[in-house]
Amino acid sequence: MISLSRVTKSFGTGDTRTLALDDVSIDVPRGTIFGVVGQSGAGKSTLIRTVNLLERPDSGTVTIDGRDVTALPEAELRDARRGIGMIFQHFNLLSSRTVEGNVSLGLEIAGQNKKTREARTAEILELVGLGEKAKSYPSQLSGGQKQRVGIARALASNPSVLLSDEATSALDPETTRSILDLVKTINRELGLTVLLITHEMDVVKAICDSAALLESGRVVEQGRLADVISTPGSRLARELFPLGPVVARPGTTVIDITFSGGTADRPVIAQLARTHGLDISILGAVIETIGGNQAGRTRLELPGDPATTIGIVEDLRSQDLLVEIVAGGAA
Amino acid sequence: MIDPSAPGFWEGLFQVLLLGTGQTLYMVGVALVVTIIIGLPLGVVLVATETGGVLEAPFGSRALGLIINRVLDFIVNLGRSVPFIILMVALIPFTRLIVGTFIGSTAAIVPLSAVAIPFFARMVEISIKEVDTGLVEAAQSLGASRWHVISKVLVPEALSSMILGLSTTVTSIINFSAMVGTVAGGGLGDVAIRYGYQRYSPIHMIAVIIVIFAIVMILQAIATHFARKFARKSAPSRSTGLFFFSS
Repeated sequence: MISLSRVTKSFGTGDTRTLALDDVSIDVPRGTIFGVVGQSGAGKSTLIRTVNLLERPDSGTVTIDGRDVTALPEAELRDARRGIGMIFQHFNLLSSRTVEGNVSLGLEIAGQNKKTREARTAEILELVGLGEKAKSYPSQLSGGQKQRVGIARALASNPSVLLSDEATSALDPETTRSILDLVKTINRELGLTVLLITHEMDVVKAICDSAALLESGRVVEQGRLADVISTPGSRLARELFPLGPVVARPGTTVIDITFSGGTADRPVIAQLARTHGLDISILGAVIETIGGNQAGRTRLELPGDPATTIGIVEDLRSQDLLVEIVAGGAA
Repeated sequence: MIDPSAPGFWEGLFQVLLLGTGQTLYMVGVALVVTIIIGLPLGVVLVATETGGVLEAPFGSRALGLIINRVLDFIVNLGRSVPFIILMVALIPFTRLIVGTFIGSTAAIVPLSAVAIPFFARMVEISIKEVDTGLVEAAQSLGASRWHVISKVLVPEALSSMILGLSTTVTSIINFSAMVGTVAGGGLGDVAIRYGYQRYSPIHMIAVIIVIFAIVMILQAIATHFARKFARKSAPSRSTGLFFFSS
């Protein structure tokens, strides 16, 4: 549905030239929620802005619904943008307009008549739960309500794609939750394809089907969350389930076991202790529900250096568990 | 020296003041309308043709945008740096071309507008620059054209600030209108010079000051009222001094 192919974008010239996007290709299937994560300055913002060409890539193509938007002349690009809603971290609502005025902005731009605009505005405000605030001004709203207006504005012209630029980063955790629920509802009920960027892993865990990790303008990893989690050495999985720094004491081996799907509810550690008669320490663990499945990682400390514990690791692997030796100290 | 106790002094004062006030309001009023009509678009074009502005490349040409920007910027700077009394004299041929004469209140409107337009254009420019670029992006993401961005985002969002800028502009036009006595433009300033100064009448002087002060106060109050009305965020914080007499 949204497809970026070999997109490159740089800013500045000469010595000050910085590569914001370096040969980025991502693919967002129709009707899914795709999250791009990365640190500040990784190029997330540039990436999402190339999708509706607020930022024009230096090279590469952006295809939306089979149409190469990078090749469109200006008038047609404006037209295409009406099919791509966008919401922003700081909401970007017009302070001079009421809630309904803000929501109908896109419809005005599209040249819809007043009657159509009013009907559509009322309908969409009802959908985001702000029917009663139609006549209020943005300054009279809370952050969460402002973002709801932002969402309503983005959805007013029935787009097939929603871009979310750190939409929950300025909101408190509870409000974030409610906005994410709304995005999820929209995705499910209206079939919208959602591309979001965020630096909050919780957002990805909460609503994304797929994710990409961006680092210094490059896509380091991307895939469906369900697959990513069971991928050995996955950076994304490590970002999603951070277990902190590894410290291995001499004569021990530290392993990470990734649980997903059917393995999450098995008493693996108890079995391990029983069958091998080991004193196992649990250094850390995270278990979450992703896409309706339990998934998570546990970090264990086993007595014995990596050479002696290899048999135990093999045993665990034979049980369909994903095991990584993350550190080992020689005895 | 005029004797205040002479018969008919107060009627005379009243009539002179009434005429002067009428002339001042006429000159300032028309100059203000001209200033808005020309200064507003000028300020908008100044911002829009800047690098990164919505009109940075009119007709697809970046060079054209740059040229327009530089030329307008130069004109605005020129208009603001020439002292009014000199501008008024220098513009005489132009005034004659437009009004037919360079003498009188109507003729004085030309130099008054000429000095106020660049002033107001700068005010408009500053106001528009204060508008968050995120709002422009939001509008563009909705498919807005350049014209939409200007008419639906930049100008409405800057309106409150522009109204305050306008009140500063009016105060400045009133200030300059005091000098048009030089070209027989009349007005309150002329009353102050001819009666208060040349004929040593402190009462005329004080009366003129009071009337001008009252006019400025009233305009300021009106401007503040509308600025508040259009500012939906918070009360306007930018203060415009009552006697902002420099350009």
